[in-house]
Amino acid sequence: MARKKRGVPEINAGSMADIAFLLLIFFLVTTTMDVDSGLARKLPPIPEDLPETPPQLKEKNLFIVLVNAFDQLLVEGEPMSLENLRSSAKDFLDNNGDGTCTDCRGRRDPASSDNPDKAIISLQNDRGTSYEMYVAVQNELAAAYNELREELAQRKHGKSYDELTPALQKEIRGVYPQKISEAEPKETGE
Amino acid sequence: MSKFVKKKKGDTPGISTASLPDIVFMLLFFFMVTTVMRETDMLIQVKVPEATEIQKLERKSLVSYIYVGKPKDKYQATFGSEPRIQLNDAFASVSEIQSFIAAERDARSEEEVPLMTTSIKADVDVKMGIITDIKQELRKAQAFKINYSTRKGSVLD
Repeated sequence: MARKKRGVPEINAGSMADIAFLLLIFFLVTTTMDVDSGLARKLPPIPEDLPETPPQLKEKNLFIVLVNAFDQLLVEGEPMSLENLRSSAKDFLDNNGDGTCTDCRGRRDPASSDNPDKAIISLQNDRGTSYEMYVAVQNELAAAYNELREELAQRKHGKSYDELTPALQKEIRGVYPQKISEAEPKETGE
Repeated sequence: MSKFVKKKKGDTPGISTASLPDIVFMLLFFFMVTTVMRETDMLIQVKVPEATEIQKLERKSLVSYIYVGKPKDKYQATFGSEPRIQLNDAFASVSEIQSFIAAERDARSEEEVPLMTTSIKADVDVKMGIITDIKQELRKAQAFKINYSTRKGSVLD
């Protein structure tokens, strides 16, 4: 009796979909789609030894922002609400008192900052300030820089800052370098 | 033989499910690649503040997290309700941050160390005192790149 030639038996792939579904559901459940985002900052190194004379900064080149324990703002000696912080920071940075910044459109008020390169924002908070307020202030100050850069990108290149090439972005960052200085924490004053 | 034989009426053709596994596998691979397993057990409640000028955190493998917030209800009996710091899976004190950063650095290769970022995930109700202490410790540990973790949203409400 001649045997029929047997082929290799095929594996039934019908349950493949079930297995795949099982795995899929597992990953669907365990996945967390949170994109971590936040405000990136760079901390200054701890000074090795304090210089004899602190660097001389003209008072007009400093934009002093104080936040107290009750989350109230004192900007350049005047109480201010958070809504106005962004625009007054922009006015300060874009002022261009000595006229060296050819790209600036500021009012050239002699009592405000010389140019964006010299303009420094100084931020000081209390230990009792809430983290929410601190982040809000940091955010508004960063927004002031970003808006100035965006406006300059639109004026010079007619494009949004994000659409520019990295070299052009660097050039614009060079016009408005982000200079936010945070005061050394005080030991007392709880 | 006529070419125009009327087809039999009635039986709707069944949809072939042969490509179903392919579709499912495609989805599966997508989720496998994008998934991030939560490696830490949260002992504290964190609701991060909102901000608009946010940047995405690149290279998640190079990010170390410091959580700050109130302990969760079930831990409040032992740890109180004052904001605490959590590193990895345990409550920690401010003084442990330096050794935590050192351990995080040891886990990476040497050329990656300068790219490492520390993400501070702090609750909105935390006071700045504890954050300032953390920042001072990070400066001492020479971990200068930090990121205040926030959600997208308006700060002016």
